Parts: sequence; structure tokens; C-alpha cells
Amino acid sequence: MNKAITDQPAGQQTSSVKLLSAMVGLGMLCALLIAVTYEGTRPRIAFLRAEALEQAIFQVIPGAEKTTAFSYEEEVGFRPKADEETAALYAGYNEAGELVGLALEAAGQGYAGVIKILYGYDPQQEVVIGFQVLETKETPGLGDKIEKDPNFLANFEALDVQMAARGDSLANEVITVKNGEKQSPWQIDGITGATISSRAIGDMLGESTSKWVPIIQQHLNQLSKDVLPQAEGS
Amino acid sequence: MDKPANNENNFWQNLANSPSTNDFLKGLWKDNPVFVQVLGMCPVLAVTNTAANALAMGLATAFVLLMSNVLVAALKDFIPKQVRIASYILIIATFVTITDYAIQAISVSLHKSLGAFISLIVVNCLILSRAEAFASKNTVGRSILDALGMGLGFVVALLCLGGVRELLGSGSLFGWMLFPENFQSWIVMILPAGGFFTLALWLFLINIWQERKQKTINHG
Repeated sequence: MNKAITDQPAGQQTSSVKLLSAMVGLGMLCALLIAVTYEGTRPRIAFLRAEALEQAIFQVIPGAEKTTAFSYEEEVGFRPKADEETAALYAGYNEAGELVGLALEAAGQGYAGVIKILYGYDPQQEVVIGFQVLETKETPGLGDKIEKDPNFLANFEALDVQMAARGDSLANEVITVKNGEKQSPWQIDGITGATISSRAIGDMLGESTSKWVPIIQQHLNQLSKDVLPQAEGS
Repeated sequence: MDKPANNENNFWQNLANSPSTNDFLKGLWKDNPVFVQVLGMCPVLAVTNTAANALAMGLATAFVLLMSNVLVAALKDFIPKQVRIASYILIIATFVTITDYAIQAISVSLHKSLGAFISLIVVNCLILSRAEAFASKNTVGRSILDALGMGLGFVVALLCLGGVRELLGSGSLFGWMLFPENFQSWIVMILPAGGFFTLALWLFLINIWQERKQKTINHG
């Protein structure tokens, strides 16, 4: 009896106004803390990301010594990216200033969130020549095999993205097939145990290449010369 | 053999007599979060495949634990009983987000190798259990000591696992090769199964030690 009396008021005394104000107050405090940290770390994170992106570019374009970011507009085609524009692709040039490959970003829904990759494209051979994962939340040990599985990575030594004879689209779109069923050079051998993640890579590559490869081939002359001298200073 | 053990015992007991030392030390040994309470097993098993990962994960968790303990203890009169768990989770999630940004600002590759496990610190039951069982009932000062002890205990435990797994699985420690070139590494140790083996091994050793200690106390 006594116990019931002492227990009850404790439960009822707290009005919903107090509950609400406590939660809202706490929420605002937490939001403030996060905002301060975000603002404080943003420049450094942006710098590190840019550095990591540059490293990734040199990894997906073998033989590249210099790289330039290009933006794309439908009327003008490609031109060196201005500061505030977003880059459409990155061109890699060798010592002599000749184009050795292009690096493009692609993104798609994986198993746990968006996967962002950077892939290398060789416009002369018309093949994809490798990729680097920029961002992933895939399950460690399963989905992250897309970065580690040697058999899977072997798909990207020369993944066929040839133009069709008519010249306005790809001959065959890149697609992920079940592990062990790869028959054509435009197919990606999937990973058992990482079906969704490996299919996501194929889907985003397929989508990105069928959009960009025709555009690149059409405007290849705008990319084929190194324009670094003036771009480097900026 | 018995005597030094007893002496050591007395030494620890004398130290432990002061309550604040006890707040700190209990997390290191007596109530070690991993080896005794067996809490927060997800990161313990998942990211201890190298000593460096284990250290980074341990420090990140310890930081979140410390900050959330401080805030929970400081706000304990302000947070109504009915919404306390939600409030604790909110506080913990805030500091996990902050840690996430901080680690990104330190190193992109470290952030990549710890991956999703940083955000999973939110659901590490060690942190919530310290908030609910300790920080919500004690002063800020004692909560800091508790968090430091528990956090350090967690770091040490993760290092124990990460060290053994990296040593056997890759033949190195913190990236330094310790074995000759022809060392055949035990790949299984850096795979998830190795985490279970190593954890079981440590629990086995610690339980043997505890049992022997118990016996000497009972006989003496």
C-alpha cells in the first residue's frame, strides 16, 4: 500500500511539458555540438578528401603523371573546371602531355547506403581499366569484398565499353552476372556473398558509362591535349 | 608462488580502499568491460584484426564513453526519468557523430578501415550501461573516473585481441613485421573466426587466473 503511494506520484509528477522541454533542450544542445564540430572539421576533411581523390585518380589511370578536372556543359562540351563548378571527369596525362586515360565518378545504392567509386576509362581501347571505392558503408567481411576480392577486381582490367557502330550509344551495357557465369568482356563476374554490392558496382558503371562514354567519344578532341599550364596556376 | 600473489593483492586492496581509485580501477580489471562484463562484443570481434584498428576503435569508444558520462552526470537532475534512455542515446549519438568527423579529419584511410563500426559505437551497450548504471546516479567527477577506467579497460582489451590477431594473422604488430619473411601467417586469425578464437583464449586465461586467485583467498 505504502509502496504504491510512493511509486505513483513519481510517475505522474513529471508533466508532458517538462518531458518535452527536456528533450527539445537536449536536442538543441546536441545539434549545437554537432554543428560546431562539423564546421570546425570541414576544411580539413575537404582537404583530405581532395588528396585522397587525387591519389585515386592516379591509381585508376596507370601511367598518368598530371591530372586536370573538366566540367561539362551540353553546348560547349568539356572545359577545365572553374573553382565553383563540379567536375564531370578527370583527365590523366603522361609526361609528354598526352591523354592516357580518364577518371569518372559513379555512385549507386549498395546494400547499406550509397557506394561512390572512381573508375578509369581508356578512350583509345574503349575499356574500363580499374576502379577505386571512394565511399562505402558495406558490411565488413561481405560487401567490402568489392574492394578486396582479386577475382572481382580482375573484371576491371579491361572491361569492354565499346561504342555501337551507329556511334551514339554503347554496343553493350556493363552488367554484373552471377559468379562464374561471365562470358563476354562487358560482363562483370559477381561475388558470392556480396551479390548486392557487386551488382551495385555493375549497375553504377553501366549507368555512368552509357551516359558518359558517347559524350566523351564525341568531344574527345577537347580532352586529348594537356591544358595544364594555365590550369595549374589557378 | 603464493606469497607474491598475496602481497600484490594487498597492494591493490589498499589502493582500492579509496573510493575514487576504485571507480577508476574497477573498469581496468575487476569489471573489465570486455573480459568480465562481456559488453560491446561487436567492435571487439570485428575491428580487432590489426592492433592499430583496435587502438583507434578503443580510443574512439573511450572518448564517447567519457563525454557521454560527463554529460549524463551533469544533466541527471534535468532529464526526467521517463525519457532518460532516449536522452542517453541522443547524447551518445551526438558524441559518436563528433568522433566520426574527428576521425575523418585525422585520416581518411583510418576512417575507411574502421568503416561502419564508428557509427555502431552508438549501440555499444557498454556506453549505455555506464550511463544508466553509473553516471545517472553519481557526480561528474566520479563519472569521469568511471569512464576513464572503463574506457582504458576497453582499449587494453581490444589491444590484447588486436595484438594477438595481427601477430599471428599477418606476422606484424602496428604494421611492423616481426617475423622473418618465410613466416606462414594464420589467415584465419584476421578473419572473423579469429576474433572468436582469440576472445575465447583470453577469457579462458583470465578465468583460470581468477579461479586460482579465488582458491588462494579461500585457503588463506
